[in-house]
This record gives sequence, structure tokens and C-alpha cells, in this order.
Amino acid sequence: MKKLIVSYSPHIHGGGSISRCMWNVVIAMLPALAVAIWTFGLPALSVCLVSICACLLTEWAINRFMFHRPFTLSNGSALITGILLAFNLPSILPWWMVTIGAVVAIGIGKMSFGGLGSNIWNPALVGRVFLLLSFPAAMTTWPTGIDSGFEGVVAATGASAPASASDASTGATLLTHLNSAHGTPSLSDYNLLDMSIGHMNGSLGEVGGIAILIGLAYLLLTRTITWHIPVSVIASAALFSWAFGGNPVLDIFAGGLLLGAVFMATDYVTSPMTPKGQLIFGFMIGFITIIIRRYGAYPEGMSFAILLMNSFVPLINRYCRPSIFGEKERRAMA
Amino acid sequence: MILISIIVLGIIGLVAAVLLFVAAKRFFVYEDPKIGEIEALLPGANCGGCGFSGCHAFAVECANATSMQGLNCTGVDAEGMAKIADIVGLAPSSAAKKTMVIKCSASCENRDPRNLYDGIHSCAVENALYQGESDCIYGCLGCGDCVRACQFGALTLPPSQGLPIVDPEKCTGCGKCTEVCPRHLCELTTEDERPIIWVACANRDRGPVAMKECGVSCIGCGKCRKVCPVDAPVIESFLAHIDRDKCTACGECIAACPRKSIEKR
Amino acid sequence: MMRTFKKGGIHPSENKLTAGKPILDLPLPGELRIMLAQSIGAPARPVVKPGDVVTVGQMIAEATGFVSAPVHSPVNGTVKKLEPTRTPQGIWQDSIVLVPDADNPFDSSLQPRSEEEIGHLSPAEIISIVADAGIVGLGGATFPTRVKLSVPEGKRATTVIINGAECEPYLTCDEALMNVEADNILKGALLIMRATGATEVIVGIEHNKPDSIAAMSRAAERYPEIRVEALRTRYPQGGEKQLIYALTGRVVPCGALPVETGCIVDNVATAYAIYDAVYNRHPLTHRLMTVSGEGLTSPGNFRVANGTPLSSLIDFAGGMPEEAGKVIAGGPMMGRAVSTLEATATKGLSGLVVIPESQARRKPAGPCIRCARCVAACPMGLEPYLFMLQAENQVWEGMSEHGVMNCMECGCCSYTCPSSRPLLDYIRLGKQELRKKK
Repeated sequence: MKKLIVSYSPHIHGGGSISRCMWNVVIAMLPALAVAIWTFGLPALSVCLVSICACLLTEWAINRFMFHRPFTLSNGSALITGILLAFNLPSILPWWMVTIGAVVAIGIGKMSFGGLGSNIWNPALVGRVFLLLSFPAAMTTWPTGIDSGFEGVVAATGASAPASASDASTGATLLTHLNSAHGTPSLSDYNLLDMSIGHMNGSLGEVGGIAILIGLAYLLLTRTITWHIPVSVIASAALFSWAFGGNPVLDIFAGGLLLGAVFMATDYVTSPMTPKGQLIFGFMIGFITIIIRRYGAYPEGMSFAILLMNSFVPLINRYCRPSIFGEKERRAMA
Repeated sequence: MILISIIVLGIIGLVAAVLLFVAAKRFFVYEDPKIGEIEALLPGANCGGCGFSGCHAFAVECANATSMQGLNCTGVDAEGMAKIADIVGLAPSSAAKKTMVIKCSASCENRDPRNLYDGIHSCAVENALYQGESDCIYGCLGCGDCVRACQFGALTLPPSQGLPIVDPEKCTGCGKCTEVCPRHLCELTTEDERPIIWVACANRDRGPVAMKECGVSCIGCGKCRKVCPVDAPVIESFLAHIDRDKCTACGECIAACPRKSIEKR
Repeated sequence: MMRTFKKGGIHPSENKLTAGKPILDLPLPGELRIMLAQSIGAPARPVVKPGDVVTVGQMIAEATGFVSAPVHSPVNGTVKKLEPTRTPQGIWQDSIVLVPDADNPFDSSLQPRSEEEIGHLSPAEIISIVADAGIVGLGGATFPTRVKLSVPEGKRATTVIINGAECEPYLTCDEALMNVEADNILKGALLIMRATGATEVIVGIEHNKPDSIAAMSRAAERYPEIRVEALRTRYPQGGEKQLIYALTGRVVPCGALPVETGCIVDNVATAYAIYDAVYNRHPLTHRLMTVSGEGLTSPGNFRVANGTPLSSLIDFAGGMPEEAGKVIAGGPMMGRAVSTLEATATKGLSGLVVIPESQARRKPAGPCIRCARCVAACPMGLEPYLFMLQAENQVWEGMSEHGVMNCMECGCCSYTCPSSRPLLDYIRLGKQELRKKK
């Protein structure tokens, strides 16, 4: 008589797996990656490769030598951190800085909390902010010679042209202009089409607005994420941009708002569990981002906004519990 | 500029130091230095075998005690307890040393698994949700909850055997395993110069059923009781149990048991 | 937009391999082992002794309390002995062993009740017939139906809900019954309505059973009190609370019985059993079961006598496939794994599902990545991921505070978890620990 396997119900499984979720995210990031390589050329590819390799190696080493845990690279989470970190860096960052960022992202941002599922903050953003605070100059130095959408604004605001051949290492992003340009910039000064297909300066991942939206569509179609976080981030950023006298479209397409809303804020581990919590989370990210962009010292506030709200996730989870089916009726009865 | 920096930092440091000093004075809690001394002698496993919430609680209890009666750490030997008694200036109490025996001897070859359990590797879960892999619903599940609970490394679980092995040298008799075993197979017994003889089975099914379920199950036949010169075995619900107080460890029952379910240590 | 329930839910592959298959009578085995504990509550007490000759439909064990159900002989035969038999989970429980006579007429020669006689039955009489027939909830919960029909003092039933959702994958026995016995099921439903004093009957059937919906709707045309509703196919629609919400929009308060909302929910098979007991004087001795699963050569819907060994069911469906790894008593979402095929069919068994070894093993569990799918899938609005963490750390009180006792163990959480975490195992462990504490 053959021995039967016994276990408790359910006896079937939906077939989902962590690696499938993670690979879906990787696939969703490919269009944005392609735009980055198209815009910035080979340096973008090398930053990306260095970042990915350093992330994978760090995760492998920590698992192998400190936790003595089995191989976990195949689930793709370190790969995502690697790509996301690269997306947050300028294409001309020296390779050793990228490596430091990756080691900090995985080592401190993720593994020091116990690995996948235990971290409080988005690892890639921990790496980026570490680099931003340690190497502020390098992190805000953009390549020159990129066809950017801000030529109009230069003329409009009378600012000096930032991209001249003699000054080879100080490009500027649109946000720098938005931050420094006094008065309300109007949409006509910028070329929205250029901005959304990568004809602008910035970090690797933030230049291709349309590509990111394609990624979002893929993530939504494969049900990897729900709409709550990206939509609430974008909507609240647009709302506050308008309320503070900015131009909502510019605020959405310039800089890392889309990148953050689609790929960073939606990280499973560091976002709230319930739709209500996710809406609050996204709303606050949009708000803080705009506040930092308008009144902060940094031109870009997305990373800080996400990290700040990551810290509030346990609190949000505590106060945004799902309502138990029938609990309201029980109270009404009693 | 440098001077101002130095002065400002110095002042901040001074203020912080004063605050810390005031706080330390203000919130100082006196702790009996004996507690620390006692704690140094304890194993620090927080096993709870003494009946208190941990080693520190036990040390506090000892320091405040008026008599060492009832205070006994299973993790230190008689000498250690004497030292603790010495620290608090009391006469040491003599508590009987306990040790643990497992009331199941059904290793893999005696108890062929009927099913393959595919779930969480925990006896508590397996016992709660399934009946275990084998026919016997009383015996060891072999997932090692007791092994994980033991703070002294006295238990090992060779996969080939599927049954934990007790190292009597390391077992302190703290009783942590008796709490976690969902089938209550870990039994504490007093340790003295006599060897321990116990029925390594917990099967309460009737003889024919018990016989089918396991190769070394007690079927309650009563042969051990017949041969015992001091009437130590007691049979209840088709299961023998040897009264440790009466047992002289002569070993007659071990030879007589047709099921080989009596063990000696 | 078709009706369905509000919160959570999943849509597993339906795998209704036996849909549309005719109902076959399973041949009687050489020996029937009839369990005494076939319902929730106290096990029945045998009233026969070895050597007694019994006839079909004769009571062989009596109920021992209000929440208890008698057991009847499905055959003409002889009592061989009273001895323990294993349950599908492998526990020894008392049973009556019957040897059927060589030639056994399937139907007894009992005189059916006339329509007129039935028209004069009072609610109390209907309930007593149901109680004497040993009818229990056939959806799987095996709650004695007489208890359900006895509306508690101070409560009023308004709506009878007939559960034809059959949301479990693989199972098709309710569907088969609805296709063939639609009118009789409705007659049973009307009896329930009369017994409880309700004024309407709603039959809920999932949309993936168009034949059943057509058959039941056609049969319902004759009865103005009966409405047949198609429901969107979604698991766990057959859950009492979910079905009540889907069909009436009423919400059963936590910890309360469905009757609080005026609803009485019964499975289609239970309604049919009530019809059979009242009209034909047949006690509950047979039921329909689905034997299904990839690898079986002739899966189907069988009419099975109480006490038939599970091995005969599998044999009739073509024998145990070589690659079989697991046999499930009931559906794959909520059924329990069978540990021995020596066990026998009981009133609550809705079918057997054979799962190939390649699919039978669980994937190793990974860490919780807080993807919130379990929270989204929970039809009760609970937080399964949290329960698992709490159970692993034995924070039983915390589980209770978060409402773990509302869990109905539908398994949606474990089903959706991308990390294959055994969430439901831990939830059940927690519930058990909390019950122990009480």
C-alpha cells in the first residue's frame, strides 16, 4: 500500500511565488532601463551592471558567511534593488561610489534587518540617500550634452545656460531649474514630449516617464501591485503642486516622482497592508515630495518622502486594519 | 571660528554631562550586589525549571529569601547551590535531582509511518492538526519541539531514529521539554544511585490494537507486574507504569516484557 | 453584474472534471462499516447487537442528545460486530459492521406519504421527521439539521437559502443532483420554509453551472415563493455568511448564527434529503459523492451507501492511479487529507479528490514579504500574515484580539500566499490553543 501524503487544507495553491512577483517587477523596469541606456549611452549600462553585481554579491556574501542561510538570489529581490539603485543614480557616477551604494543598500538597508521581508525602509533608497549625503557633489552632477527639455526655461528665466562644452561635468536637471526658477514656470517653457520620452537630464530611471507608465500598466495587468499607491502618490503630488502654485504636469514628469510612485513606494515590504493604508501612504508621499521640492534645500524630495513614510508604515498598519466582516453588525447588536 | 566651535561643543558636552549625572542620581535604583553574584553562578538559560520567570528572577528570589527551602536551580549542581546559599548566608537545601525520560521507544523501524506528513515541522502543529505519521496516536512525533526547547543541549534527534535521545549528563531536569511535548512523553523522574527503569511507551489502546500500531508498544499484559518482587508496575488503561519509589531496579521486568517496551538507564 | 459577496475571495481553477457526468450507483461492498459519530455533537448509541438482522432504513444507532443524529442501515443485512474503525484522519472510532444480503433491493418498500398527508404536517412534525431520518448538513459541516430548523426562541426566520454554490474545485455532486432532482430539491426547500416559518426561498447557484441554473429555474416557475439566483463564480461563495450576503445583502454579526439575519441556509443535498425523508420515508443512508482528480480513469458522481470503504470508491472510479500522492476527503480547499483508505463514507463526505504526487507536496515556505495578498483575499476581513507571526511566537491573546476566532478556515490566505507560507495551519493552531484556554 502506497503511503499517502497528509497535510492540512488548502491542498491546492494559487501558483504565485516571490520570484514570479519579483521578475514581473524586473520586466516592468525594462522599458525605463532601455530609455536610460538610449538617453545616457553606455555609462548608464555600466552603472546598472555595477549596481546589480554589487547587490547580488553583497546579498550572497551576507547569507553565506553571516547568516549561514541558503541561496536566496533566485527570488530576484536583490536584482530589483540593484536596478532600482542604478535608476536613482546619475550615469556618470564613479563605479566605486555605485558599489558603496549597493553594499549599503543590501547590507544596511536590507540584511541588517534580517533579509527580505524584514526591512523597514526601501533598500535602494537607503543606498541612494547614503550616497546623496556622502557625495553630494557627485550625486548631483549630470552628464552634459543631453538634449534636454529645459532650453526654453533657460531663456524664459534668464538663467545661464548650464550645458556648455567647456563645463563638461555640470549638467542640471529640470528640477534644479524648477527649484531655482522664481515665479511660476509655465508648461509652454518645457517640451513635455521630450520629457516623457527621455530627452531630459536626471538619474537613470527618472528620464523616461512614458516607459515608467508602460511598466505600471504591466504591473497592474499582471496584478503584481494594486493601483492604490501609484495613483494616490501621483494624484496628491498633482494636487499639492497646484495648491502651492506649481505646474502639476511638470512636477509629475520632471524628476523621480513617477519612478518613485511606480517602483519604489509600491515595494511590498515597506508599504502598508490595506488599501486604505496604501492611499494614506501614497497621499502623504505626494505631499511631502512637493513640500521638499518647494521649500526644501534639495531639488528632489521623492526619496526622502518615501523613506519618511516607510517609517510610518507600522503605524499606518496599526490604524488601518481591515474591517472584520460582521463586526460592525455585532457592535450594533450589542 | 575654531575657538567658537570648541567653546560651543564644550558647553553642550558639559550640559549633557550634568544632565546625565542628575538623572543617574535621581533615578538610581539600589540592587542587592548579591543578586549579581548569584546570577554569575547560574547557567543563564532562563529555562524556568526553578519555577521563576528566569535566572534573574531566581537570583532576586534567592537574595531576598529567608530560607533556601524550595529554591533550587536545576542547572547547577549541589556544589553550586551550596555556593549560592553561602552568598546569601543560609543553609543549603537538598533538593532531589531530577532527570528526564521519554515514554516512547518507537524508533523508525518499530513504527513504520503510515503517511507522509507534509506540513510545518513542529510537533505542536502536527499533533493539533493531524494524528502524526504513524498508527500510534500516543507516541513521539519526532519533529523535535523538545530538542529546540532544551536550553542545555541534552537532547538530540538523529533523523534515522526519529526519536530524541537524552544525554543524562547534560539533562538538568528543568522540565522545559515536559511543557512543550504535545503528547506529554517527557517525564521527570528523581535521579539517585539506583538505575532508572521506566516503561518507554504511552499507548493507551487495547492490546490487539496497540500491538498492530507499534513494534514496541505496551499492551498492558501485566507480565511485568507478575515478575516484580516489589509490585512496582501499575497497569492503567492498558498501559504499565513503574512506581519509582518502590522500584529496586532488579531488572526482572525488562527480561519478562514480551514487547521490549521497558527501558533501563 | 452578477451577485457575489463583498470581501476577499479567490477564483481557483475549477477543475470540474466530472461536470455533466450521470449519477451512478456504487455497488455494495462485502461489508459496511458505519461510523457512530457522523455529525457534530454527541455520537449515536448503537441499538443493535452482533447477529441482529436489519432491514434497509432501520435505525441502528440512536441520537444521544439534541445536537446528535441517529444512524440508519442502508441495506438489508446482518450486524457482524461492533468495533472501532479508522476515520479518514486515522483515529479509531466506534462503528457498526454490517454484512449486506446477497441481493439487496436499492429501494425499500416503504409506503410514500401522500401529498395530502404532507400538506397537513405541522412544523414540529416536519422537524421530528427530519430528526428521525438522521439528516445532517450535507455540505460538509454535518450539523444536525433538526437543530438548524428549530428557530431559537425570540428569533424569526424570513428567508430560506438553498446553497447550490458548490464553490470548491473538483466537486460536482450538488450540480449532478440539481440537474436531476431539481423539483424534489425545491419541494424539500418548501418543507424547510414551512418548518421554520419563513416566507421565501432563494436558491444560489454559481454561474459555472448553467445546466443546474436552467433546471432549477424551470422547476421554480411553479412556486412563487422560490427565486433562483445566479452568482458570480468565486470561492468561498458557499460559506454561509458569504452566501447570505451575496443573496440578500444581509451581514451576519460576528459570533452570531445566520438566523440573526432571518436566514436559514441549507445545502441542496440536505434539501433533497429532507424531501426524501418526508415524501418517501427514506432516512439518510445514501448520498452523492464526487470521486475526481487527474489520473483517475473514470471519475464520476456516485450514489454511495453510508459505510462504504473509501477504497471501493476509488476502485469504482478506475483504481488508484500510479502517480497519486494525496487523497482529499471533500474539496481541495477545505477538505482534509485522507490518511487511510480503510476509512468509510459518512454523511458529511462530499467526495474524494485524488491529487498526483507532483502537486501534492507543498512548496517550501519563504519569508513574509508583506504583499498583503492574504489580507486582500480574506473573506472575513482578517490579517492572516499577522496571525502566523503571532502563532509562531505563541502570542495567543494577540490573535484573539485581532479576531482569529472569526476565521472560517476557507484557506484563501494560504492559497494566495506567494511565499507558500502555511498561514492556515498556524491560524488553526492558534484557534485550538485559544479554545483550550477557555
